[in-house]
Parts: sequence; structure tokens; C-alpha cells
Amino acid sequence: MRQGILPRFALVLYLVLLMLPVYWLLNMSLRTNTDIMSGLALWPHEPTLEKYRAIFSDPAWVHGFGVSLTYVAINTVVSVTVALPAAYAFNRYHFIGDKHLFFWLLTNLMAPASVFAMPFFNLYYAVGLFDTVWAVALAHCLFNVPLAVWILEGFVGGVPREIDETAAIDGYSFPRFFLRLFLPLIANGIGVTAFFCFMFSWVEQLLATTLTSSNALPFAAVMTRSYSASGMDWSMLAAAGVLTMVPGAVVIWFVRNHIAKGFALGRV
Amino acid sequence: MTDKPWNNRAWFFVLPVLIFVLFSSIVPMMTVVNYSVQDSMGVNNFFWNGDSWFRDLLDPSTEMGARFAGALVRTFVFSFVALAIEIPLGIGIALCLPRRGWAIGPSLVVIALPMLIPWNVVGTIWQIFARQDIGLFGAALTGLGLHYNVTQDPTSAWITIVIIDVWHWTPLVILLSYAGLRAIPDAYYQAARIDAASRWAVFRNIELPRLRKVLVIAVLLRFMQTFMIYTEPVVVTGGGPGNATTFLSIDLVKIAIGQVDLGNAAAMSLVYYLIILTGCYVFYTVMTQLDRRRDS
Repeated sequence: MRQGILPRFALVLYLVLLMLPVYWLLNMSLRTNTDIMSGLALWPHEPTLEKYRAIFSDPAWVHGFGVSLTYVAINTVVSVTVALPAAYAFNRYHFIGDKHLFFWLLTNLMAPASVFAMPFFNLYYAVGLFDTVWAVALAHCLFNVPLAVWILEGFVGGVPREIDETAAIDGYSFPRFFLRLFLPLIANGIGVTAFFCFMFSWVEQLLATTLTSSNALPFAAVMTRSYSASGMDWSMLAAAGVLTMVPGAVVIWFVRNHIAKGFALGRV
Repeated sequence: MTDKPWNNRAWFFVLPVLIFVLFSSIVPMMTVVNYSVQDSMGVNNFFWNGDSWFRDLLDPSTEMGARFAGALVRTFVFSFVALAIEIPLGIGIALCLPRRGWAIGPSLVVIALPMLIPWNVVGTIWQIFARQDIGLFGAALTGLGLHYNVTQDPTSAWITIVIIDVWHWTPLVILLSYAGLRAIPDAYYQAARIDAASRWAVFRNIELPRLRKVLVIAVLLRFMQTFMIYTEPVVVTGGGPGNATTFLSIDLVKIAIGQVDLGNAAAMSLVYYLIILTGCYVFYTVMTQLDRRRDS
């Protein structure tokens, strides 16, 4: 398509507006509280990394960051692993109740976390998982497993069925075919799915904070403390906020070319 | 899709998924159903209460009913406004993205970034950004002489929540539309050029029909997400001023945890959940039917 000046201008304008709040957060995080309260400044006149240093030397913050990354990692591995065979089955076979099952899985994507917060608390308390990373990792399976099935099903559909048949004729047993031949073929899809599981587990906070109290408090929940501790510690809050964006910004770079296909649930 | 072989052993492949999702879905769901027909007096002291929570809830003349109806209307209006802005804006920006060149990668990363920020941090960002004293947005609007105050003025609160959602989720629509646009073969555009079609005609007759599928996904996802919105308004406005931005899920948590009124909250959860399910089911069915009719 031809590209005029106007679309380019609109795009740049949009990108700038999009980044403005993020820039403002960064700006805040590099200033001291007294500096912030003394007036607006479009950029930090005396930038300081004081708050970042404070965060990295406080065990509560560091622990929170570790906790967040741990439950996200567990959730991603579990979701992708259980979703792979299911996605294959949904794409390749008819079986009793397949359509209903698929739609039921989708309905769990639509379950408002606020509906489940209270019963989840009771359930995980009863089975003794409350305040562990496993509680959060399992709870996030509620929406991440269906999401993974949905996305992977789209990618599985992109592999011609002749490959399955040829492998069977060549004498591959099913597990060997699935692990050796099939998984490498949908490696992109697996990467994209893992990214989405990472993303939705990383950004979800309502369940994560409901299911934890002190041992497994996620990073973003530790932030809430800086509200009450000493009035409003704006620059601390801003610095912590900036840090929560880093993991997302890092992983997104690796999947940038496939991300759109992932959002389309593998259906473009 | 019709030539898939029948094989009920495929159930074994689905079993792990079923176990994981059932654990996190059926047990809590049954707990909610259980609460919804009981009244609690203190801890672990429940009474059978039949369907009276539901009757209260669905009758706007009662206190609970009025509250529920109010939150429901606000949530619908919010979903509608957010979608009405995000879908056209998303398509527009996607059309502005270059189809090739070095700028695509960085642009996509920047566009996707807001979606990777934890939701309460999104709230924090805007809480700071919208303040009149230390926030650029609030200060700029006040500087222009507008009456803007998120915590005091309902209109400001509403505008802010909508802007936050647009900021946060238009990228989803952009990425989907962009993926859809990229799938259009160049030959279509060449044909349009030969016919000397106008830009509008190209959009109307080539691009929009080709985008239909991804737009369905976008509308579906965005409806679900806007209807469930919780974290951002809680952080920025706390549901206020008054009840102005108390959407369904916020009201739900207020009742369940704030007032420990489990029966009412559970009944409300179920009605809320059924609305979402129905909405999505209708939408999903209509769209698959349309697809089938066009294909045949």
C-alpha cells in the first residue's frame, strides 16, 4: 500500500500519546518526592536512581519480584503442556461432545475474576495451598489453559493432515511422531502461546492478591504497601511501576512478528 | 473441517485440560451456587434462603435490585462507549502502519507494551497522570481552564476510565486488524489500482470484508474484558465519586468482601456470569452462522 504523509503523521502521533503516560511514570521515578510535590517538570532536572536502589536493597520487593516470576513460569509451563494434546485432539478428531467442550472452555475465559475471588480463597485455603505460588499458578490456569488450547488449536490447524498420515505410514509411533515431528512444526505457535500465558498471568492481580498474604505476595501487590506506609510515596510507586514493565518489554521483543497471530487466536 | 475422523479416544488427550480447568472452575462455581441460596449469620452459620436473593436482585424496586440495575446499566454503557471508540481507532491506526520496512518491529513492540503492564500498575500510572498537581494530563486539562477532577467530578471520572481503557486496549484491536490486513494479497490492491478505485472504495470493498473475521474476535474479546473491568477503576476512582464508576465487578467485590454479604454477592455473580455467557454465545453463534452462509 502507498504510504502518504498523513498516515505516518497519525501513527507517530498515536505512538507518542501512547507512550506519554509511561514516560510520565519514568519521569516520576527519577525524581524525589519533595521535587515531585514542588511542581510539574517535563523531565527530571536532577535525575536520581535512589528509589531503584531502595527497591533492589529491600528483601520484600526482591522477594515479590521472584514470587511473581515463579508463579508465572509455573503457570506457563503447565498451561502449554496440558493444552498441547488437547489442541491436537480438537483440531484432528471428532469426538462426543467436542463442540460443547470447546465452548465450555471458552466460557472460562470469560469468567470475571471478581466472581471467583471469594470461592477461590475458600478452596485454596481448604486444600492448604493458600499463600503459595502454586495457588496463584493453579488459579491462573482457569483462563490460561483455555486460552492456550484456543491459540494452539489454530496453529495445529496450520499443519497439513498429510504429515500425520505420512508419519504413521513410515512407522512412527504416535508419541514419537508427536514429540519428534509435530512439536517442532508448531514451535512458533508454542512460543506465542507461552508468551500469552506469561502475559495474562503477569498482568492479573485480583486473584494473585486474593490468594496470597505474606509468603507469596506478588510484586505488584507489594506496591500497595507504599500507599499506606508513609503517606503517598509517589516516586517509589513510580519506580516499582517501571520495573513491572521490564519483563513484558523483554519477552515481547522475541515474539513481535507472531504476536498478531496470537491475538487472533491463531486464526488469521 | 467436515472430514475429521471420529475418534472418541481423543478424550484422553483432552483429559489433562479437563482436570485442571474443572478444579479451578466447577468447585468454585458450586461454592457460588451454594452461597446464592443461603443466608449467613456470622462465620459458618448458614440458613436456607431459597431464591429470595435472586428475586430481590431482579426486582429494581428493592434496594439490592436498584443497586444491581444501576451497576448493570453503567457497565453496559461503559462497554458500548469503549468499543465504539476502540474498534474504529484500532482499524484506523492499523491502516497507518507500514506493511514492510524497519519501522514495523519497534512500532508493534511499542503498541503492545500497555497490554503487558499489570492492571493495578495501569491504574497507578493513570492515578499519577490524571492528578492536577503532579500529573501531566490533569495539569494540562486544568491549565486549559477545564473543570477536571477525577475524585470529585463524575464526568471527569467517567472520561478518565474510558480513556484508560482506550489507552490500554486499543492496541489489541490494532494488532488484530494489522494481522488481518497483512493477510490480504497484493493482487487485490493492484486490481484496485487498475480500476482507479478511491481510497474509501479500497477500504470499503477490499479491506473491511477481509477484516471481518479478526474484528469478530476483537469485539468478542473487548466486550468480555470491558464487561469485567475491575482493577483500573478501583485504583483510579475506587468506584466513585459516589457510585458513578461502580461497575458490576466492583459492586460485587464491595458486597462480597466489604459487607461480607456472601448470599447477595453470589446471586449477583451468577446473574452477572449468565449475562456474559449469553452475550458471548449469541454473538459467537451469529458470527459462525454468517461465516457458514457466506462460504456456501
